[in-house]
Amino acid sequence: MNAKMVDFGGWDMPLHYGSQLDEHHKVRSDVGMFDVSHMLAVDIEGGDARAFLRQLVANNIDKLTQPGKALYSCMLNPDGGVIDDLIIYFLTESHFRMVVNAGTADKDMAWMLLQRDRIAPGLEITPRRDLAMIAVQGPNARAKVWQVLPGSQTDTENLKLFQAAFFDKYFIARTGYTGEDGFEITLPAVDAASFWNKLHAAGVAPAGLGARDTLRLEAGMNLYGQDMDETINPLEAGLGWTVDLKSDRDFIGKQALLDKPAIQQLTGLVLLDRGVLRSHQKVVTQNGGGEGEITSGGFSPTLNQSIALARLPLAVSPGDEVQVVVRDKQLKAKVVKYPFVRNGKILV
Amino acid sequence: MSIPNDLKYTKSHEWVRLEDDGTATIGITPHAQELLGDMVFVETPAVGRQLKQGDECAVVESVKAAADVYAPITGEVTAANQELASAPEKINQDAYAAWLFRLKPANTADLEKLLDSAGYQKLLESEDH
Repeated sequence: MNAKMVDFGGWDMPLHYGSQLDEHHKVRSDVGMFDVSHMLAVDIEGGDARAFLRQLVANNIDKLTQPGKALYSCMLNPDGGVIDDLIIYFLTESHFRMVVNAGTADKDMAWMLLQRDRIAPGLEITPRRDLAMIAVQGPNARAKVWQVLPGSQTDTENLKLFQAAFFDKYFIARTGYTGEDGFEITLPAVDAASFWNKLHAAGVAPAGLGARDTLRLEAGMNLYGQDMDETINPLEAGLGWTVDLKSDRDFIGKQALLDKPAIQQLTGLVLLDRGVLRSHQKVVTQNGGGEGEITSGGFSPTLNQSIALARLPLAVSPGDEVQVVVRDKQLKAKVVKYPFVRNGKILV
Repeated sequence: MSIPNDLKYTKSHEWVRLEDDGTATIGITPHAQELLGDMVFVETPAVGRQLKQGDECAVVESVKAAADVYAPITGEVTAANQELASAPEKINQDAYAAWLFRLKPANTADLEKLLDSAGYQKLLESEDH
């Protein structure tokens, strides 16, 4: 498919298949597909699965009451740093499926096995490298999937966001990383190429990691390793909504979060001057609140200007103007509430 | 990819064309454009600026990365392509037509030290392997 390949966490991944901008616009306006098989599905099976997850992750697993429902969460270390961000699907009371990032998969497995031995020694935790994952995203994504998988519509058309269902050998979830509607489909790796080719023949354009990054940035979704990592408090990475500090449930990292309240926040930036915001650029705030840093930045194809996620002092509010140090210049940027784009519409 | 014989090239993937009026026009090669991908921002040097060979003098940014452009030879900037400010994608469309800036060489003989098309072709082949 004439893809430009790059190394990504040890995986040989397509950066783009021609023009990253075209791929981006195609997902916003129609449909595109991403091979995201580098992400790892992990099956957690046994009677103690829920009890284990109650302690393992920061979001409250008891929000999952209905089979097929999914939950986005961070897995924290005892210091409250983010080991990984992940999605957990509730399949049955003795079977949960987790999807974790590629670059952190080995570390995640080691951590989970260690905690398993402590919390629920009987639990089976199985990495599913025999599975592949294809994300079909865009306003026309679901229709294309139904066209390519005859019969699947009945089982999946009533899925709400963050819900999934099995159809034949396909696990179809209404989730994504683009801010558009669509499905993430987990299937046996041996069937992935033929499924991909069928989607392609039906007119679904392949999209690479490059478009995936600009789409998720516009959608205001965190990227592990950039917007947060083991040294970052999730409350300072815009992930407070995923951390359940209200219930009396104890989880790994909870005490650390209670002990050191957030002093920074993740905000959106829109560049007012000409240029491109990039991660690690320094942000200078006006009101004496101190400095911050861009965690993810780039060019937004939908806004046709540069945007960023930045970790800034709590004193900064949407509407404020800040300066970003780009090479030898200070460029003007406006603080905004993200997401920047959802379902094809500009929100800032 | 075409590598015209009438241009000179640098190891950092700029092309240089000596014009009839004695100025040199500078751009980035199709190879550099291809590596960077879709262009979204171009910053050109100010007219009148004195450049020494190897100076960082322009920036091209794509969706993927920012790249510095270096002065291939010493000289004074006489013109910059303002059109690229609003249409950076012109570099993707035709990297030889979308010039970045012109300079008046301090010493025209400096051009002879740059790579010719065969030398640049060889460089690309060696980077490929």
